[in-house]
Amino acid sequence: MSGPLTPSQTVGPFFGVGLPFEKGEQIVAPGSAGVMRIEGQVLDGNGQPVPDALLEIWQPDGRGRYDRAGDGETTGFGRSRTDSEGAFSFLTVKPGAAKAPDGRTQAPHLNVTVFARGLLRHLVTRMYFPDETEANATDPALNLVEPARQETLIAKNCGGVLHFDIRLQGERETVFFAI
Amino acid sequence: MNEDEREPPYLYPDYVGTRLRAPAKPLVSLPEGFHDFPAPLFPRTIAELDHDLTRQHSGEPLGERIIVTGRVLDSDGRPLRNTIVEVWQANAAGRYLDHDDQHPAPLDPNFSGAGRCLTDDEGRYRFITIKPGAYPWKNHRNAWRPAHIHFSLFGSEFRSRLVTQMYFPGDPLMPRDPILQSIPDQAGRERLVSQFDPETTVPEWALAYRWDIVLRGRAATPFEDEP
Repeated sequence: MSGPLTPSQTVGPFFGVGLPFEKGEQIVAPGSAGVMRIEGQVLDGNGQPVPDALLEIWQPDGRGRYDRAGDGETTGFGRSRTDSEGAFSFLTVKPGAAKAPDGRTQAPHLNVTVFARGLLRHLVTRMYFPDETEANATDPALNLVEPARQETLIAKNCGGVLHFDIRLQGERETVFFAI
Repeated sequence: MNEDEREPPYLYPDYVGTRLRAPAKPLVSLPEGFHDFPAPLFPRTIAELDHDLTRQHSGEPLGERIIVTGRVLDSDGRPLRNTIVEVWQANAAGRYLDHDDQHPAPLDPNFSGAGRCLTDDEGRYRFITIKPGAYPWKNHRNAWRPAHIHFSLFGSEFRSRLVTQMYFPGDPLMPRDPILQSIPDQAGRERLVSQFDPETTVPEWALAYRWDIVLRGRAATPFEDEP
């Protein structure tokens, strides 16, 4: 049974006074073992940069668990806003493979949440890793996405940096998941 | 009405900002339980005075001092304890401390407009702040946002995440505000309006407003995880 939930409203353009925090983009510290840099851009339906988006990353630990017991190095959470070019970056490590509710193994991925002016509700997507071809091929979530759109969820390796753009609308629109 | 039908749509053309930012393709549904995992661990610490937006500077901010309090509950009515609540708002003149805010109203050197706290054992949060002013925005001719405070909550589950806005009772701008009016039903819109709370109001000091928040819980019955 569901009670009367409090409805969502947009984060608006002025969340900068309250939500971003120092080093929020560092899910792990620079120089940590296995650290990788993720870079991307948030784009609107005209392909224009979205300079006022807020992104949150939430990832399981190295064993694929979200309770994060025994993992004192990082909380697995990151938060960062886009800059005037719509660009964002995070430092993190590849998480372990989380189990799906039916017991199947999911490919390693990051949960990415998008907030912005013009988004009355937040959006949830997933970033998968380009070097996990086999795991990605059997991932139960990725396989529910029509093949032509799956590439919007897989980061690209550009000289050691993982590139992951988020297109809110239009051509090559990122796949977002209902929550 | 199911949970989704009570929420604002992504595309709401009267709110011009949605037109190029709302996804055009339907969201992909994952099987039940795929988003049933715990909410993020928030890495920031909460200081004792973070809930008091009137004591972050050497002097007191201008405006009407208010107490904003209420409970954070799940949809079964259970209190959410020890969960973080973040708020941000404009000052009494309707101006945010944000370089992108071009409204020609004064900044207040004694007001930054951001606070956070943890809920107590009964799920209760409490902020001391000043009543934010209305401010103009360029959505349509003569558009003004009703006074509001932005709230951000995590709750206990990933699905519980909520960013929303709290409004004040009797504000004549609410029926004209496309952001509030994007919520499809009147009962839903009313759930974002706080109530004047005479019992919590402190004589000779501050008016109080009460506003409870209900967050989404798990979608599925918990499955037995491997040890």
